[in-house]
Amino acid sequence: MAHPSSYQPKSGFERWLDARLPLPRLMHDQFMVFPTPRNLNYWWTFGGILTFMLAVQIVTGVVLAMHYIPSEDHAFESVEKIMRDVNWGWLLRYTHAVGASMFFLAVYIHTLRGLYYGSYKAPREVLWILGVLILFLMIATAFMGYSLPWGQMSFWAVTVITNLFSSLDMVVPGLGTKIVEWIWGGFSVGGPTLNRLYALHYLLPFVIAGVVVLHIWALHMPGNNNPTGIDVKTAKDTVPFHPYYTIKDGFALVVFAMLFAGFVFYAPNFLGHPDNYIPANPLQTPPHIVPEWYFLPFYAILRAIPNKLLGVIALVASIGILFFVPWLDTSKVRSTRYRPVYKWFFWAFVATCIALGYLGSQPPEGMYLVFGRIFTAYYFAFFLLVMPIVGKLERPRPLPGSITESVLGRERGRDAPKSARAKRLREEVA
Amino acid sequence: MKRSCCAAFVALLVLLPGLALAQGDAGGNHGPTIAPQEWSFAPPFGSYDNAQLKRGFEVYRRVCSGCHSMRLLSYRNLGEPGGPEFSQKAVETIASQVQIADGPNDKGEMYLRPGRPSDRFRSPFANEQQARASNNGALPPDLSVMAKARPGGPDYIYALLTGYKPVPEGFQLAPGMHYNTAFPGHQIAMPPLLQDGAVKYTDGTEPTLDNYARDVAAFLMWAAEPKLEERHKVGTRVMIFLLVFAVIMYLAKRSVWSRLHHRDASHAA
Repeated sequence: MAHPSSYQPKSGFERWLDARLPLPRLMHDQFMVFPTPRNLNYWWTFGGILTFMLAVQIVTGVVLAMHYIPSEDHAFESVEKIMRDVNWGWLLRYTHAVGASMFFLAVYIHTLRGLYYGSYKAPREVLWILGVLILFLMIATAFMGYSLPWGQMSFWAVTVITNLFSSLDMVVPGLGTKIVEWIWGGFSVGGPTLNRLYALHYLLPFVIAGVVVLHIWALHMPGNNNPTGIDVKTAKDTVPFHPYYTIKDGFALVVFAMLFAGFVFYAPNFLGHPDNYIPANPLQTPPHIVPEWYFLPFYAILRAIPNKLLGVIALVASIGILFFVPWLDTSKVRSTRYRPVYKWFFWAFVATCIALGYLGSQPPEGMYLVFGRIFTAYYFAFFLLVMPIVGKLERPRPLPGSITESVLGRERGRDAPKSARAKRLREEVA
Repeated sequence: MKRSCCAAFVALLVLLPGLALAQGDAGGNHGPTIAPQEWSFAPPFGSYDNAQLKRGFEVYRRVCSGCHSMRLLSYRNLGEPGGPEFSQKAVETIASQVQIADGPNDKGEMYLRPGRPSDRFRSPFANEQQARASNNGALPPDLSVMAKARPGGPDYIYALLTGYKPVPEGFQLAPGMHYNTAFPGHQIAMPPLLQDGAVKYTDGTEPTLDNYARDVAAFLMWAAEPKLEERHKVGTRVMIFLLVFAVIMYLAKRSVWSRLHHRDASHAA
């Protein structure tokens, strides 16, 4: 939020640095005292959790890279060497592998929160678009990372996904095949493919970190949205980021870390696929090729479309459509809390994503395919029909006068509550 | 908030029967169900039973290793903490009982020497072709991470080794194959070599197929996950730390946010 700087250099050195590189001023204004709506709920803690996850993935990943060998003959064995002979290698690898799942869990919650509270609406369109860009980069990074252990699922997932480009043959004959061979670095998935996927897997997280900086910059121009979706009106509506949100985000992060640690220490392979402990074998296709759980909804959409090229287009569009959400939603009101009709469509959309995830893990035949098509249809209808039409027709519920009023109640929004207990009761009712 | 939860719940109710229907439709595609067994190494606090791993290694050495390699393991692993924990001397003896191809020596020739603890487990076949030629065309898979490479893990290994049953009427069994209830498709090339009394146990455990299967499954679990005990131990500490940390953070959060009440009060005044 563009607010006047309240930074006071405390020493000669700080004054000297402030005139040259005002980093302390930036930290003070944008982190310590940054005015943040006072009513952010725990769904807002996932931004901090995601930053933490990116750091975890980069730190564990860099150390893993010191031991990993990106070659057809040694990749699988080097991963097992990390598990057996590298000090704390098992912890590094399981943290990195489970970390990918936790990263996606957090990013999906973060995205759905933005969708629910209308955080994409003006003036936060660029913030939202950068977020979708990060999601795209994360998907690419995770896909490449999954190929590195060079197990059966790694190999066949790479084969299936890179082959999607061959659908371009339906547009220009030969073009798709050329692109696929260019990506492979040969005539089949092999050593050169693995080597380049590794190079890009190491590169992309730093690109993500760069876009995250832009994402936070774009967040700090308009400031945070909040559960009511109404703008900050007075200073009373806000609290300084520190200590209010450092402590709230910190608490949520520790709780999230417990879930994370629970998987790492007690069920590290629960979210993976047993087939990836079989070394890659180009001559033997696994009976069911399935991606990691976080790609299953998109996989279901890909397979729901009978035409390969259209399936690939639907796959890309299923995430790409998020770019247009700020202009697809015609509602004047940001928060779904005050949208009695849209609310139902929103939760049906969440259920659709979960259902597509389940269907993506099943073979594409019989009823699975029928349901896959129904849910795919709703997935797109939610964006293309529900968002524009419901936004126009729906009568939103009355909005509170201010953020403070929504927290403390109408009469007490102006005055103060008589007791903290009364306030807590009100919060519970809300 | 309550209302949106309600909406989500209703949406799920509508979806579930449909999904259940879909489940019934393609249920036949999945492999046979594998009965879960009780294991000493079950999370969150489980650890390996050293004696069981030693017996399991004996079963592997006497029976399985005739066809199955374990390329990712070294003899030294048998003496490491959190495993069978053979004594240093026992590890050296076990290693020295196999002949390992080494070289080339200074005349440029390969030669055989007794194994050392640092050697990898010797593979029964020189290469895949030799393995297939000796096994009717079938390739006995490497067992190093087998306990993580099949759905069900050790439960599956136990079910497979105890799953040889007489061929049911009307079942078409290909020549040289064996009927097994746990194997996907029920036709397995591996013969039922593991039978009651096939391996001598020296610690008084009954030498039955059931015990062999259980012990070798536990051994293979250790082989696939040699740091499991350390993982469980560190996990306990990390979880206790995080739990205490979470309580402290929660209390700190409440204390910080209670300042807001004072601020609201002073604003009104």
